[in-house]
Order: sequence, then C-alpha cells, then structure tokens
Amino acid sequence: MKKLINAPEAVVAEALDGMEAAHAGLIKVCRAPDFIMRADAPVAGKVALVSGGGSGHEPMHGGFVGRGMLDAACPGAVFTSPTPDQMFEASKAVNGGAGVLHIVKNYTGDVLNFEMAADLARADGIDVESVIIDDDVAVEDSTWTAGRRGVGTTVLAEKICGGLAERKAPLTTVAEMCRRVNAQGRSMGMALAACTVPHVGKPSFELAADEMEIGIGIHGEPGRHRVKLETADRITEMLMEPVLADLPFKSGDPVLMFVNGMGATPTVELYIIYRKAAEIARKHGLKVVRTLVGSYITSLDMAGTSITLLKMDEEMLTCWDAPVLTPSLRWGA
Amino acid sequence: MAALSTDRMTTWLLQAADDLEQAKTMLTELDTPIGDSDHGVNMARGFAAVRDKLRAAPPADVGSLLKTVAMTLISTVGGASGPLYGTFFLQASTKATGKTSLTLAEWTECFEAGLTGLMARGKAQPGEKTMVDALAPALEALKAAAAQPLEQALAAAAAAAAQGMVATIPLQARKGRASYLGERSIGHQDPGATSSHLLLRRLAEPAG
Repeated sequence: MKKLINAPEAVVAEALDGMEAAHAGLIKVCRAPDFIMRADAPVAGKVALVSGGGSGHEPMHGGFVGRGMLDAACPGAVFTSPTPDQMFEASKAVNGGAGVLHIVKNYTGDVLNFEMAADLARADGIDVESVIIDDDVAVEDSTWTAGRRGVGTTVLAEKICGGLAERKAPLTTVAEMCRRVNAQGRSMGMALAACTVPHVGKPSFELAADEMEIGIGIHGEPGRHRVKLETADRITEMLMEPVLADLPFKSGDPVLMFVNGMGATPTVELYIIYRKAAEIARKHGLKVVRTLVGSYITSLDMAGTSITLLKMDEEMLTCWDAPVLTPSLRWGA
Repeated sequence: MAALSTDRMTTWLLQAADDLEQAKTMLTELDTPIGDSDHGVNMARGFAAVRDKLRAAPPADVGSLLKTVAMTLISTVGGASGPLYGTFFLQASTKATGKTSLTLAEWTECFEAGLTGLMARGKAQPGEKTMVDALAPALEALKAAAAQPLEQALAAAAAAAAQGMVATIPLQARKGRASYLGERSIGHQDPGATSSHLLLRRLAEPAG
C-alpha cells in the first residue's frame, strides 16, 4: 500500500486538522465527538442541514459545509458510519431554532445511527426531519436488499436544499424538497480499479487488467457485474441506459447532469465521459440545463466514474444557482 | 444455584475485548468480500473502549454493566454493528436493573429482550445472513436448556450460535451492504454472525 498517510488510525483526525487549518474562515471543527460546522452557525431562523457518513468520500460531506449548503457534517471512520453522539451534538450546535434536516445516505449503518441520533435530538426538544437518499439504480431488487444506495444525488440534494434553507424556508418545505430531489435523481457507477482502505492495506477487490466492475457502490464493495473493459463511449452507454430507463425522463425534460470521479480518475477522462453522456441525453430529447463535472463523492483511490441525472424544475434551478461558499463548492458568493 | 454474577459478566466482557482484538483481522477478512472491510476494526475499537470503561469504574450490578456496554458501543463502534449490538445490550440491561447476579432464566429474559430490540432496530429476521442467524438459535438453545445447569445451557447456546454462524455461508444476504451483491454474497460466512458467536463462546468458556 502506498498512501500519503502517517498511520492508518490517524487518517480521519489528521485530515480534520488539515481542513480546519485550510478553511478556518468557513468552517469550525469540533472534536469528541467529531463534526465540522459552519463557522457562523447557528444561523438564527434558518433550517440547519446536517449530513454525515463514513470518511473516504471527500469532499463529501465536510467539503460542503458552509453558506448555502450544509451546516454540519459528521465524519465516521473510513467507510464506517459516524455514531449517534456525533449527529446529536452537531444538531444541537447548529440548530438555529427552525429545526434540523438530517440528509442520510441509504446504508444500513448510516440509517441506524442517524435514527438513534434523531431520537436523542427529539428527546432534547429539537425538531428533526430525516430524508434518506437512495438513488443508485445498480441495486435492482429492493425487496432482496437493504434498498438502493445513496450516491451522487446526495451532493445535489445538499446543494439544492442548502439554497432553499438559506431563504428561510420552513423545515417541512426543505425536507419536502430533499425528497423531491431524491425522487427525481438517479445514478450509476463503475470502477476500473478498487480502492484500498488504509487499515486494510490491500485493494477491496481484484480486477484483472482487462476487467471492470459495473454498478459499484462507494465503499469498495464489488458491483453487480464484472465484465471486459470497454471504451469510454461504450462504458458511458452502459451507465446511461439503466439511469434513463429507471426514471421516466420525457423528451424536453430539463436535467442536471453530474459526471463524478471516484477518486483516482483524472478530470480529463470525466470530460470524455461527459461528452458522450450529453450526446446520449440529447438523443433522448433531454435538455441538459446544468452540469457538474468533477470528483465530489469519491471512494478513496478507486478509479472510475458515476453519472447522475436529476430531473429539474424551476425551484430546483433557483436553489441550485443560489450562492454557495464551502471549501469544495463555491459560486456566486 | 449457579448464577451469572456481576464479576462473571464483567470478566466475560473484558475477555471478549481481547478475543475481538485477536479476531480483528479474521473478521475484517470475512467482511472484505461481502461488506466494507470494517467489522473487525470497529468491534475491536468498541470493545477496547468497553474494557477501558469497565476497568476505570467497575459497575456495581449487571444492569448498569450491560447499560455501560451499550452506551459505549453505540458511541464508538459506528457502522451498523454499533447501533445493533448497542441496542442488544441496552434492551438486555432493562431486564437486569439493580440485579447483582442473573439466574439462567433471568439471563434468558435479558437475551430475549436484547434480541427483540436488535431485530426491531435492524428490521431483520432469521435467514437474512446477519448476526440474528447466530443469536436467534442461541436464544432457542437457552430456552430449551431451561431445566439444565447454567454452564450446560451457556454451552448449548454457544454451540447453537456456532451452527447458525456456519449456516450463513450458503445464504444470500438480504440486509446490509452484503445484500447489494445479490447471489455473489452466497458462499461467504457472515461477519456479524461470527462476532456474535465469539461473544457467546467466551461467555460459555471463560479463559483462565
């Protein structure tokens, strides 16, 4: 294993130290329990957005803490859900009196720990709503599984709901928007090479030089199918087909297209994917009205990509375009 | 009549912490093909915190012992195992409040409350390739051994957990991250069932 680390057990703590040092004006890092919060939180009268999950997906979620997006993010150990005390303390710290929205990716650990945290917060008199993001079309049969995983749509939901919350929309409205984004977003990912978890020290699965894994998640778990490597254009088709088939995207629908890197894939390759994905969308009569291209929800050093399509409406567009000022996403501010 | 004293239960959990530290790599290797390679590290970290807590302030009764274990696991393990084991010990503790020792019948009652809470929290049933597949047969074995001496009943529970653990190998996972693999989860032993068996085996066979 070759990594820029000092010790596997120090990865999360040292990265938090670095984030705090690098972005002191935007965020504060609280410890024991660990969470990252907006430097100016709590914002009076604003619904607070709290998310979290295992570390290793950076910049999600800590990189999205700041004005116009998250109020707090709770990092767990690498690929391990954070614990309820983190989300509970974070919710208390950022609650500006208008309640707290928990944005939870659909993984058993995340869901269970956020459930316990919401119980604790409610017992403390905090108004909490939870929305679970489950947009991964690679998980086909929900009755046989823990349900679809939360992947790329999470980033879009955090931005759009952050924009809405900034306008002082009430908790029920922000939660409703989050559910709408989740209902209208779909993702599919693939890997060229697995990631290596620091405390494991070897890749989470082995792929031969001419193989790829289709339908991967973001925790180094293998995907649904292992197939022979194809060209970028063919891979893009293999990702777009199930995404387009899953949500009834109609001709003329405005969509946001998000081409994401899994951590070790260079941006130049993401644009090659985007080029083909946009062409496929055009052939389906979709109007790509907004785009996001880059590595925003990653899986350590996994090589690969995911494509997310989100069917947009006027309010979602307004919230997407609203100013955002966070360590890893910023415009208009 | 033999009973599970607070000392015996404390010793069990301290020794279980050593077991989980030693089993860290084995559990993580079981978790690698079908999970996310964190079960061994998470359980070792959680039970190391339990050991520190119990050594710093030994609980006076079984109820507060089990509650301390629960709260420590909930705040240190993370993943799905933290809330699941945490809920098990928390619900078990409610049946042991103020008791300085447990009879077999009382331990069976604690175990049943814990398992019921765990299954509700995880929305899991037997046969889904989870820790329930080790714990549920163990509870059945405890109940079936109600008329037997305590040590025999604990041994029967550990043996039933071992059988249940091995029986997860041919199962297709329906819960947790392993479920995303569909049929590819078949042929692997469930890491949660494995850690559950480790715990119950140590209760039945205290070291030294």
